[in-house]
Amino acid sequence: MAKPALEISGKPITLESVSRSWGETVAVDNLSIEVPAGSFTALLGPSGCGKSTTLRMIAGLESVSAGRILIGGDDVTGKPSSKRDLSMVFQSYALFPHLSVAENIIFGLKVRRVSRAERDERLKRVADLLGLSLLLERKPGQLSGGQQQRVALGRAIIGEKPICLMDEPLSNLDAKLRHEMRLEIRSLQQQLGFTMVYVTHDQVEAITMADQVVLLNEGQLEQAAEPRELYEKPASPFAAKFIGTPPMNLFPANAFKKLSTAPDFQLGIRPEAMHLAEDGPVTADIRAVEYLGADILADCVVAETSFQVRLPTNRAVAPGQSIQLGFEPDALHVFDADTGRRRDDLVTEFGTLLRS
Amino acid sequence: MRDLKLKRDWIHGWLLLLPALVFLFAFTHIPAVTTLINSFFSTPRGRRSAKFIGLDNYDRMINDPVFWKVLWNNLWFALGTIPASVALAIVMALWVNDKLAGRSFVRMAYFTPTVLPLIAVANIWLFFYTPGFGLFDQITGFLFGWPASNYLGNPETALNAIIVVTVWKEAGFFMIFYLAALQAIPVSLKEAAQIEGAGRWTIFWRITFPLLMPTTLFVCVNAVINSFRLVDHIFILTDGGPDNASALLLFYIYEVAFRFWETAYGATLTVALLALLSLLAIGQFFFFDRKVHYK
Repeated sequence: MAKPALEISGKPITLESVSRSWGETVAVDNLSIEVPAGSFTALLGPSGCGKSTTLRMIAGLESVSAGRILIGGDDVTGKPSSKRDLSMVFQSYALFPHLSVAENIIFGLKVRRVSRAERDERLKRVADLLGLSLLLERKPGQLSGGQQQRVALGRAIIGEKPICLMDEPLSNLDAKLRHEMRLEIRSLQQQLGFTMVYVTHDQVEAITMADQVVLLNEGQLEQAAEPRELYEKPASPFAAKFIGTPPMNLFPANAFKKLSTAPDFQLGIRPEAMHLAEDGPVTADIRAVEYLGADILADCVVAETSFQVRLPTNRAVAPGQSIQLGFEPDALHVFDADTGRRRDDLVTEFGTLLRS
Repeated sequence: MRDLKLKRDWIHGWLLLLPALVFLFAFTHIPAVTTLINSFFSTPRGRRSAKFIGLDNYDRMINDPVFWKVLWNNLWFALGTIPASVALAIVMALWVNDKLAGRSFVRMAYFTPTVLPLIAVANIWLFFYTPGFGLFDQITGFLFGWPASNYLGNPETALNAIIVVTVWKEAGFFMIFYLAALQAIPVSLKEAAQIEGAGRWTIFWRITFPLLMPTTLFVCVNAVINSFRLVDHIFILTDGGPDNASALLLFYIYEVAFRFWETAYGATLTVALLALLSLLAIGQFFFFDRKVHYK
């Protein structure tokens, strides 16, 4: 790739015990996050978990009930959006319908009274970067969803702000376009080097794009980690179930006779971590089979709990059949049933017990 | 056979159109055409029937100083009421669109002048303007020690006094349209502009106002029509006086046609009014069409 057209140095964002509540309703509860400079951080969680509220608080569009927000080390908690030196892409794109694409992109520059020559030059660079050069005179209403998305991106990056916030920017696009834009946004961020905070409810988006995934649940931080760690070492049963399709199988430890002495623990194992093994320790009765092409998803019952397993297609399995399953000892996840926290110290012990 | 069916369809079509056509012709087209025809005839009186007199009535109109006077009055009236009531309507709509305590009460209060009949409104304002005892005199007398003044009886101020009443009456009505338009603008547009560093003023002029343009066109067309159409309050407040200082074109037409019974001349003036209104309407659409963004 050619030399980047623009270069931006990102700023770190710190949230210190930030809360937001409306009367009795607590949308964000005592949330502390570190977003390193120049990183791509995804705020992930189910609907209503407070991820958009968090983003809007960083943007300055929502006031903070308690706690502090720091951008580049400066406390911006009470500052308006315009003083926070950031850009934002909205879910609906929020393009100004009466302005042309060019006018939309340079809106911020005009507001800040950047000279005409510089405006034109930057517009040209951004338009080239995003492939919008031929559309500059059109109105947003005459563009496709993907093109509108690019205009919104253009408006966000032309200001060369150190931080870019995105609120579910891809949710209005179809699956194919979404995949393309995912790659494009990620490469744009790496190319330009700004700090990105990206809100999504789609775990695939978060896992594939982000350097750091912040998983939220009911306004609280569930886990903040790299995608790989989030998948391999989920900190709680919620994280375990939220990441991965199909979700991790979770069952109480005492569902197995061999573990009846450990009732206070919850065990988890991913469907793809199981494999067929003649002498495997787990016996599963298949109830239903889903053929996915690359593999088979089998709905089983193990020790009276329902259980999903991903199996290769080369061995035919049918509902009603009973199969033996095996797994690697470190594929097991153990969660404390009381605190909901991960207990890595017990994995080997339980693994050995189960496999014995 | 096929012809018969076609013919029947044709008859059905016309029958369906008939009720609307009858009313449209009886109350709009025929009177308009009759007015035009009458303007070329003399006024029939007693045993003297109407005579074709060509353009004599128009000649009289052009040489009628009162016609020019009321036309000027109407122009001032339009210039005084339209921008003021539209601006006031936008300001009020912006205000009641914000979060504020008792918002629905304020909205209702703004709309009240529209609900009240103009005759009743004029009576209230008649009291406000009463020399000496009226609200305005009480206030200006108390605050600045001004002497009693007869706002409605003074040729200098009579038209302005009526303009104030009209603005008060119309602004609330227009506000409702602006309020609806404001609520149709997505909040995210404002937020996006905020993030880009735009202040309230910039957001209004660069985003909100352009997006309100379709409403402004609608409101302006209405306001122009109203400025020629509303005369009820003149009857109550000034009766066109003093010395025609507050008479408007339509008021003059009424006087000529139904007080002096010069129906032919009245018809001539009406034709002038219609021509003026159509010109204005066409001009407005032409002028605004380039500036209005429709979604």
